Parts: sequence; structure tokens; C-alpha cells
Amino acid sequence: MEVMVAIGLGIVTACGLYLVLRGRIFPVVLGLSLMTYAVNLFILAMGRLVPGASPIIMREVAEYTDPIPQALVLTAIVISFGTTGFLLALAVRMRHQTGSDHVDGAEPEAAGRPAGGP
Amino acid sequence: MILPIIILLPLLAAAASLLAQRRGFTAAAWAAALPVGASFALLAGEIPEVLVGERLLICRPWLPQFGFNLSFRLDGLGLLFALLILGIGLLVILYARYYMAPEDHIGRLYALLMFFMTAMLGIVLSENMLLLVVFWELTSLISFLLIGFWTHIPLARQGARMAFVVTSAGGLALLAGVLLIGNVAGSFELSAWFSARDTIRSHPSFNVALVLILLGVFTKSAQFPFHFWLPAAMAAPTPVSAYLHSATMVKAGVFLLARLYPLVGGNLVYEYVTTTVGLTTFVFGAYVAVFRHDLKGLLAYSTISHLGLITFLMGLDTPMSSVAAIFHIGNHATFKASLFMAAGIIDHECGTRDMRRLGGLWRHMPQTAVLAIVAALAMAGVPLFNGFLSKEMFFAEALNLSHLPLLGGMGPAVVTLGAMFSVAYSVRFIHDVFFDEPHDLPRTPSKPPRYMKVPAAVLAVVCIAVGVWPVHTIAPLVNAASKDVVGDALPAYEIALWHGFTLPLVMSAIALAGGALVYWLLRRRYDLHLHVPVRYTGRLLFQQAFDGAIAVAGRLTKGMENGSLQRYLALMFSAIIGLGAWPFFQHGFAAGATATPMMPLALVVWGSAMAAALGAVWFHHARVVAVILIGVVGLALSITFAYFSAPDLALTQLAVEVATTLLMLAALAFLPQSTAGESSPLRKTRDALLAVIGGTGVAALSWAVLTRGQESIAWYFLEHSLPLGGGGNVVNVLLVDFRGFDTFGEITVLSIAAVGAWILMADLRAAQSVVIRPPEADGIMFTVAARLLLPFTVLVAVHLFLRGHNQPGGGFLAGLMMAVAFVMLYMGEGLRETLVRLRFDFRILLGAGLLLAGLTGFAGILAGTPFLTNISWHQHVPLLGEIPLASAMAFDLGVFMAVLGTTLLIVTAIGQARRKPSPTGGAA
Repeated sequence: MEVMVAIGLGIVTACGLYLVLRGRIFPVVLGLSLMTYAVNLFILAMGRLVPGASPIIMREVAEYTDPIPQALVLTAIVISFGTTGFLLALAVRMRHQTGSDHVDGAEPEAAGRPAGGP
Repeated sequence: MILPIIILLPLLAAAASLLAQRRGFTAAAWAAALPVGASFALLAGEIPEVLVGERLLICRPWLPQFGFNLSFRLDGLGLLFALLILGIGLLVILYARYYMAPEDHIGRLYALLMFFMTAMLGIVLSENMLLLVVFWELTSLISFLLIGFWTHIPLARQGARMAFVVTSAGGLALLAGVLLIGNVAGSFELSAWFSARDTIRSHPSFNVALVLILLGVFTKSAQFPFHFWLPAAMAAPTPVSAYLHSATMVKAGVFLLARLYPLVGGNLVYEYVTTTVGLTTFVFGAYVAVFRHDLKGLLAYSTISHLGLITFLMGLDTPMSSVAAIFHIGNHATFKASLFMAAGIIDHECGTRDMRRLGGLWRHMPQTAVLAIVAALAMAGVPLFNGFLSKEMFFAEALNLSHLPLLGGMGPAVVTLGAMFSVAYSVRFIHDVFFDEPHDLPRTPSKPPRYMKVPAAVLAVVCIAVGVWPVHTIAPLVNAASKDVVGDALPAYEIALWHGFTLPLVMSAIALAGGALVYWLLRRRYDLHLHVPVRYTGRLLFQQAFDGAIAVAGRLTKGMENGSLQRYLALMFSAIIGLGAWPFFQHGFAAGATATPMMPLALVVWGSAMAAALGAVWFHHARVVAVILIGVVGLALSITFAYFSAPDLALTQLAVEVATTLLMLAALAFLPQSTAGESSPLRKTRDALLAVIGGTGVAALSWAVLTRGQESIAWYFLEHSLPLGGGGNVVNVLLVDFRGFDTFGEITVLSIAAVGAWILMADLRAAQSVVIRPPEADGIMFTVAARLLLPFTVLVAVHLFLRGHNQPGGGFLAGLMMAVAFVMLYMGEGLRETLVRLRFDFRILLGAGLLLAGLTGFAGILAGTPFLTNISWHQHVPLLGEIPLASAMAFDLGVFMAVLGTTLLIVTAIGQARRKPSPTGGAA
């Protein structure tokens, strides 16, 4: 199981990294989402992989999972939603104002292809 | 409590004068003077007790674990300085009232001066050395603002910058020195330092600390070779120069020498460094002052010279030399402040301070002339003025250079030479300004306002009174201050005008006669007025270093920043990968032994997530497809959370996933639907390489960690969640109780992001010409379903919220669920219709949530526990019986409201941008 989670984390991170390095803002947002997934799972995994337990105190249960990474990740998930929303608003605003959705706020000079869309 | 009040009253004056300036200059002056006067009166009330040897010590712990306390001391030394600061401060208030021009912002000047006064009082009354350093840096900062007060003058800005860089760099050295000694002593209280004197001095790091502290002293007190900032600071308004550069700021350095003398006195490094620097500065400053044509320039170099004299005396390290130093500090403050004020009056009435153009002012302003001449004679060390007394003591001590083999016995001769130059520039000041023929006056001098002369007159009277009756005026104060510096070793002495025909008297006579002769020779043989000063090397070197640093920074920035985010990110990722790879190569790589059995279903879920992630990269040019594929990864992640015993995370991820996907699709309506393939193959290869290396690193790291055992502090929370937090869901208890402050910060960040998104979209709300979905395309099935589902979803959200403390749920999750219900309504009914029907501003909800969460924190404070401590109690409710209640529930409610408000605000912000004429239409 550990090997699989590790490989999965690696692949999702790599995909996120590649998308974040793109030139248009939308793929960057997608890439950030992927990286968020990877980071959140990574933090959770720092409490080790414990199937079949829970962080909820119950009688006659002796084994629990580590609740600390979970608390950290929970807020991280919600915050990443906030930042994604902010980034999307920024992208829409920038496109409205500069006519471009390039991450540098202007179409690249050499390959000045229109970005398409409305 | 009287000491903090004395220190803080000037701050009140600062605020008052800012408010009063609308009613004119006089009102502003009164507003500044009254609190300062009160402070002075309070301090004066303490004089009798301090004079009989009592010390006022106040200590209030602030950060005791760092040794940082709000502790103050009032002893003889502090009293003398505080009296100077407040007394001359009062005179400067009066002086500035008449000096500043009507177009000047006098409230700002007063506010800064009074703020400076507080900082200065803080230095001289601090018992805690860290506190002293804080006040020390404050004086550097405020002096920057004061020197650059006339911001439109380039020289003022330049001088301010120079003073700030030099003095605050010295302040950093001082801080380092103080930290070193505090580390050895185990405390930052002065009394602790003095009682641990031997331990501190025998420590190997003592000499380093000493040199660092001396650096702070020398930069602040403008000692050679750091003196150059003081002449540059003469671009300040003259009241500022009179206050900062005669009586206060520059005295902070020598004050610190006196303050730490019980600790450092008797150390050879201290003696050699201080006497050498002091004597050099004394002679050099006096020599240069003779050749300055600018009145204030002459006074600035004279100040440098006199500060050198004081430093030299402190370094001589005999009991009487310390007495002489302290006495001269007071004398110099009085005559130099008076001279600066006279220079200001002359500048004010004649329109120039250039001694080559001035002359014959005796006829136009005889009263000012008398005042300036009195002060100048005191500066020259003429008998019957206060400067004479301390200079005699200085000569007497300079003859005792035997224990310091400095200059091979030439010490007294060098000292006399320096004193000759002092006389020469004093004579020049008197002769050039008041008696010589005027050469090129810009205008006929007008009569100065009467009250402008009063402060200078008061100081001139002090000069004479101290000079004639030292025993009845200043002696007790000097004595009390010296006792704090020298301690019990202070011998019986008497400050007297007449000691008989002694060697110091002969030296005085030589200096006076020689100084006059030097000036006469320079006028007759050299024609002093044609002298062109050499380029100020110190200032020049500083400027070169400064410009060089700026140029290097500029080149570095230009080289690295080409404005391309892609390039920055690639560089940053490379750097992170490099940092992360380092330990791998350093320590090798090996996995542990833990292995959890594989689940076939997990393979399917996780396999589809990996495929979807790769697919999102492959298809990212088709944006809608990519969004959906990313959503698949998110759902798989949610299932993974559930499988690995994190039910709260699974539910949260699910809700966020829905909202995020909707948001992305909504935003896509305003963005291109596809991404053009524009990256070159080279760039693609580079990015792919970075991505693969980064991903491999993360995978290797995760594998190494996951297969090893773990030592966690989880047991603490699992054990205490029920007894301390009153909840069984440890994750929720962590969020709202143990780590409540963190959560409070998180929802604040979240709210900022939402409000930011809202503001970004402000202009687009009505202007954007895009329709997401025309109304006719609405699916009736969906609309009906959304309506039907709404009450159930709300119910689920409430349920999740209520059980959150003991079961999966809580404010975050409930807020998201509720938001999703409303978002579905948006989709079914159309955003505008829903909003109209809701008639609710989400910003209010968000703000109320934050407020509630914050207020809950204060409940803890009211109960006497720290911020956000959970308070729980059992409440008896009729019919229901005992119900456990906790302030954490109110906090969680705040979280719920903030999250709900945030989510809806963001969705609304992006969804509301639409074409004007379109009456309806789904938002997302």
C-alpha cells in the first residue's frame, strides 16, 4: 500500500508541477489544484497509513489514527478553495482588463497568437 | 509608576500638538509644552530623593523568558540627562514656534520632536538593556524623519538617509553586544550586570561585546571615523539641530559610556580604544571647524570635537575624569543649544548662514549678539562661563596620562592644541558674524521676535550662573550622577572657579592666547574666507558605497527578473528540488520495513486518480475536459481519505470538490475554452524534466517516511480531548479548541481571499458580455430537484454542525455543505433570482462569523485564561435536563458562518459577472 501511495503522490505532484509551469493562467490553477491534492495527502500520510481506525474517541477502542495531520489538512482544504477562487477571479479580471490570460499579463511578443475564446 | 508616565507624557504632547495645529502655531506650541512641562514637574519632584542617593527602580515583566522586561531606573545619571532632555525640549518648543515658517507643518514637527523626546527619555531611564536598545533605535528612526523634515530639499533627504544608516547600523552592533553580555549574565537588567561584573568581564566574549557596544556609541556620538553624518544632518530645521545635535541624540552615545562605566571601566581595551578615538575626534573636529564657512557646519564640527573630548575623558578612566565628562556633558548641552538657536535666528533674519557673507550684525541685533557671544565664550572655555570649569578639569586629567602611555607623553600638548582650535573657531564665530564688515548680505537684517530670543537667553543665563557659582547650581546634580558612574571610589572634590596658579590654568591661558593668534594669522596671512574645504572624504566614501550597493542590487535584479512568471517558477522549483535532493545524496536512501496489506479496491481508485491526473496534463488544452479530470482526482482523494481513517477530511474534500469544479466551470465562461499550444519543445522538455524529478523526489520521500515507524504527540490530544475539550471527535476539538487560534487565523485568511475575489470582480459585475447559460436551456428537472433537495441539504448541514464535536462534522464541513445546497439552487434557479429571493449580503455573514469567533476568544480572557481558551459548563434546561455547553461551540458557529459566507461570496463574485440585458440565467 505504501508503495502505491508514494507512486501516486509522485505522479500527481509531477502533473501539478508541469501544469503550473504552463504559460496560461487556467492550466496554472489546475496545476495548483493537483499540487494541493498531493500536499494534503502527503501531510495526512505523515501520520502514517492507518486503515480501519478513526480519530474519534469511543469506548472499547484502543487504536486510533493520528488526528493532528487531519486537523491541519482540513483547514488546508478549505483555504485552498479560497485561494483557487481568488485566482480564478484574478484570471477573469486580468483577461477583462488586458485581453490576455497569459500569466505575465500580456501576450508573448514573438508568438502573438490570439488565445481564442470569447 | 511615575517613570513610565514621565516617559509617555511627551507622546501625549505629540498627539495634542497634531490636533491643535489647526488653531495655529501658538496653540500647537502650548499643546506640546503643557504635557512636557507636566513631565518636567513630575521629574523635578523626584530630585530631592535622588540627590540623597536613592534610586527608583520599577520592573514589570513583559517577556520574562527572553529577559525582556519593562523596567526603568531613575538615578543621578538618568536624572541629569532627563532634566536636560525635558528642559531643553521645552525651550526648543518655544523656539520652533517662531522659527518655523507659516507654510511649515508645525504639528508634524512638534509630534516628531515629542516622540523623539519619549525615545530619548526611554534611553536614559531604562533599566533593561534590551528596552534601552529599542529606544536607541527609535531615536535613530525619528531623527531620520526630523532631519529629512523638509522633504523637498534633496540635501535633507540625503543627510537623513546618511544619519539613519550610520546610527542604526551602530545600533545593530550595540544590540549584538548587549545580547552577548546578556547571554553571559543571564539577564538584561543593569543591576544584574553590575553585580555579575567579574563573571562578565572574565568571559572570553567580553572584548567582542565591548567593541560592538563601542561601535554603537561611536556612531551615535559622531566619533571619528563615523562623524560625517552629523555635518550632513545640518540640513535639518535648526530647532531640530539645537535639540538633537547638541543636547540629546548625540549625547546618547556618551550617556551609554557613562551608564556602562561600572561594568567596562578599568578594561585596557576600553581605555585604549576610547581615549584614542576621543582624542582624535577632539583635535580633528576642532581643526575642521575653524575652516567651515557655514555657521551650522562650524557648530556641527565643534559638537563632534566636544563629544570627542567627553569620550576621551570617559576613557581616561579615573574618578575625576568621569566627573569632568559628566559636567561637560551638561555644559556643552547648554552652550551648544544656545549657539544653534542663535545661528537659527541669524539665518532667519539675514537669509544666510554663510560667514563669508555675514558680518557687522552687532548693529542690527545687539541682544542676539550678546547671547551668542556669551555662549561662544563658554564654548571657548573663557573664565566665568561654564565651559571654562569643565575644560580646566579636562586639562587637569589630561596631565595624568601616566597610566596610559599614549603619544609618548605628548598627550597634554595635543590636548592644548585641540583647545587652541576650539578657541579659534569660537573667536571666528564671534568676529565673523557680529563685528566684521558685512560682505554680501542677501537682505537688511530684520529684528528677531522677542520670544525667539528667550530660549537662548535662558541658556546663556545658565552658562553664566554655572560658570560663576558652580557649587550652588549644578554641583549637587553632577555629584549625584558621578556617584552612579564611579561608585564609592569618588574622592572628595570641589568644582571651583579658582584653584590657584596651576598647570591647567597655564594650559588654558596658552589655549586662549594661541587660539586668538591662530584666528588672526588665518585672517591676515591665509585669508580664511577664500578657503575651499576639501571634499569630505567620509561622506564621499559613504555615498560611493551606498551608490555601489544600489547599483549592484539593480544589476542583480535586472539579471534575475525578466518579468516572466514561468521563468521564476522554474528557477524556484529547481532550487527547491536542489535543496530537497541534497540530504538524499548526503545520507543515502533506504526504505523502512512497515508494509500495510494492499487492497484491490484501493488499486482501482488510486489507479484511476493517477490516470486522471496524467489525462489532465495530456488534455489540458481542452480546458473543460481537464477540469472534469481534475475533479476525478479530487473524488479519488476523498475516497482515499475515507479509507485511511479520516472521515472529516473525506467529507470536506467532497464538498470542496463540488464547489471548486463549479467555480472553475463558471470562470471558464469568461476565459478561453482552450489553451493554445504555444510552448516550444525545448520548454516542454525542461518542464517535463523538472516535473519528473520533482515527482520522483516526492515519491521517494513519501515512501521512505511511510515505511518507517512514527513518534507522534497524538497521544496527548487523544487522551485530553474528552476531559479538556469535551468532545470525542479529536480533529474537531483540535480545530476549535487546542488549535483554536490557528483556526481563527485560517478563517481570517479565507475571508480575505473571498473579499479579494469580490473586489476583483467589482467592475465586471454588470459589464461583462458573457452569458453562461441562456435561460431557455435550463433543465426543469434539475431546477425542481435543486428546490426539493435544498431543505434536506440544509438539514444535513445542521446535523453535521451539531454533532461535529463528537462525530465527523463541525463548522467547516457544515458551512461547505450548506454552501453547496445554495450553489445547486443557483444552478437550478439562476443566480440573480436566488440572490433577489435571498436578499442577503454574504459579506455580513462572513464578517459576523469572524466577529463571533473572535469574541468567543475574549470569553477566555474574561474568565482569566488566555485568548480562545475553551470554557465549558453544564446547563440545566427544562425537559432536556443537563446539557453540556462550551464556548468552543460558539467558536465553531463562527467558523460555520465564515466558511458559508466565504464560499457563497466567491461563487457569487464569479457567477454574477454577466451581460446586462440578460434577465435570467444559471450562474454556474
